[in-house]
Amino acid sequence: MEDILYFLQQVINGLTIGSTYALIAIGYTMVYGIIGMINFAHGEIYMIGTYATFIVIAALGMLGIANPFFLMAAALLVAVLVSCAYGFAVERVAYRPVRGSKRLIALISAIGMSIFLQNYMRLAQGSRDMAISSLIPGGWEFGLESFAVNLSYMQVIIFSVTLVCMLLLSSFISRSRLGRACRACSQDAGMARLLGINTDMIISMTFVIGAALAAVAGLLLGMYYGVVNPYIGFLAGLKAFTAAVLGGIGSIPGAMLGGLLLGVAEALTGGYLSTEYKDVVAFGLLILILLFRPSGILGKPEVEKI
Amino acid sequence: MPKLAKQTLKKAGTSPAETIPPQPSYRRPWWSALAAAVLTLVLGGSVLGVQLESTGITTTVRLMGMDTWGWLLAAALAVFLHQLVRPQIEEWRARTRKPSRFSVPDVMSGQKRQLWIMLAIGALLIFPFLSNRSAVDLATLTLIYIMLGLGLNVVVGLAGLLDLGYVGFYAVGAYTYALLNSYLGFSFWEALPIAGLMTALFGYLLGFPVLRLRGDYLAIVTLGFGEIIRILLNNWTELTGGPNGIARIPKPTLFNLEFSRRADEGNIAFHEFFGIDYDPALKVIYLYLLALILVLITLFVIYRLLRMPIGRAWEALREDDIACRSLGMNPTGIKLSAFTIGASFAGFAGAFFAARQGFISPESFTFIESAIILAIVVLGGMGSQLGVILAAIAMTLLPELAREFNEYRMLLFGLMMVLMMVWRPQGLVPLKRPQMELDRG
Repeated sequence: MEDILYFLQQVINGLTIGSTYALIAIGYTMVYGIIGMINFAHGEIYMIGTYATFIVIAALGMLGIANPFFLMAAALLVAVLVSCAYGFAVERVAYRPVRGSKRLIALISAIGMSIFLQNYMRLAQGSRDMAISSLIPGGWEFGLESFAVNLSYMQVIIFSVTLVCMLLLSSFISRSRLGRACRACSQDAGMARLLGINTDMIISMTFVIGAALAAVAGLLLGMYYGVVNPYIGFLAGLKAFTAAVLGGIGSIPGAMLGGLLLGVAEALTGGYLSTEYKDVVAFGLLILILLFRPSGILGKPEVEKI
Repeated sequence: MPKLAKQTLKKAGTSPAETIPPQPSYRRPWWSALAAAVLTLVLGGSVLGVQLESTGITTTVRLMGMDTWGWLLAAALAVFLHQLVRPQIEEWRARTRKPSRFSVPDVMSGQKRQLWIMLAIGALLIFPFLSNRSAVDLATLTLIYIMLGLGLNVVVGLAGLLDLGYVGFYAVGAYTYALLNSYLGFSFWEALPIAGLMTALFGYLLGFPVLRLRGDYLAIVTLGFGEIIRILLNNWTELTGGPNGIARIPKPTLFNLEFSRRADEGNIAFHEFFGIDYDPALKVIYLYLLALILVLITLFVIYRLLRMPIGRAWEALREDDIACRSLGMNPTGIKLSAFTIGASFAGFAGAFFAARQGFISPESFTFIESAIILAIVVLGGMGSQLGVILAAIAMTLLPELAREFNEYRMLLFGLMMVLMMVWRPQGLVPLKRPQMELDRG
């Protein structure tokens, strides 16, 4: 019985982290679906979102505001706004000018942007860890006396916010006019442009939506862990990319599934093997999927066009 | 074909700049300029305008002073004005554009070229005897980076495969020598070829499965590989010493003559053998000359490879994957050879690095190193050997010349990578080669 509870606890923890991976992964997958390139700087956008969250919470805390839900709402608003601004600017500066050229060139430009943003934040905010205290402490405990499964309020908030974001995004993509334009662009950007869709605008919008979701993930994970430094974007971005590939890059439900699976896989490794090799599992998983099923779980096999 | 259509076709063909995705519309210049200014203010203000500070147990926020915000406002104003006059600037530029702005003078040809190379090698050989110790040490470091740059250049510049985990191979080379020495007592010269072979093997084993993948997947997988190597080195404490690294790695010897004050048992020190006074500078000079020889060998090998079918195949593959396949070449095999050969140079460089430092730890093999080497290749013009050498010199000398620059080094590297790709993707010293192009008009 204890074994089962222990397993359950790891799964809960894994799903918590996994749902934030899924949020970040959507940014990768949407951009890939439309312009077919990896947005390397996406992890840094998440990092910027986390910093914005911390700044808002600390600033409002200094003004004496302590209502956690108000703090969270204010932080969400600002973090999403700032991240969207960065997502938009990154696309304009580093990706749009190289869109017509070779893949390698776009990729190097993206990596350069990622390095730039990371060091920009390091120089502006310092490289030390910044911590905030938990806004919403406590949780439920259930199980046996010898081992109780712990489900914190914060974890529940993470699940529900992620769920709401996913539902909003899917209905936006499948029902709204812009969402339809988005799908048209991902199927055939040239044709979409001929039919009067402003593809440049749609691409910008994709980056902005991805950045907004990354900011939400930044807020949630920032409040969950309570720590931020300029280097968190690198690993989070890599993990989220793994999640996107795992689910099938270009597919939004795939990114959600991939995020959750990766989170659980990591938590189980951490719980049963060793926490040091948690990251190795993520990368190993990435290599294995790319070897045996490059199109991911829900993706369609890619046909190379000449 | 009607006359009009023919003319437009011709026009589009002669100026490829016009086929690049369209410029934003200038219907409402005031609005877009204002939006850009506000965007600048949000971007700058949110990160530079406020600062998180930890005071005791709580974290507080400090609003930066008027000088920071003054600069931010000035920047926003500059962006506003620039956006307003941008249509005019672009129009003026388009009118006064010249076909080519800058090119390297073509002094390097035939006999003259050989003479220049001989002179350069001669100067590099004499250099350590005329210079002071720290300069020679710095030159040795530069040579290591040149070697890494040349090796990565094979993979990225020539074969067009983006390898973000190159430092992983460097680490494999360094640890191969360090471990062989500390467990089995191998000397530098015995371990050097093994280090090269070992990294080539790693490159082969990693490349074999992943090189079938498309370019951007490859980038991520190699990035993951570099991280896995570092994490393994950090955590496999019984074998590698974990974060403490491996110390007391012996320096290379010259025909079993050691360059230390006192030789180990069974060996003779260099100064004792020749009956001269002990001079610590000799060791530094020896290391420098060794690095120089390694770099020259690397240069020569790559130079020859480029003129062999395999080198031609690398470049052909980089230019057009599908055309290559239709000509009956095996893309995976060609990529694999580039990947393996590139990796083995990192292995040699790694073994030399371990010998020079005398101490290695996983700290030396982070992603930043990969990024620096990549920046060298990108700045030098992907594919150009001379460019890589010049870029490596610039990248290692600049931080030494301006200490305060060191803080901003990675920031500028990142910025440079973006700007180079946007403005001059062929690099500062692009590869020149006889070529013919069909007139598309």
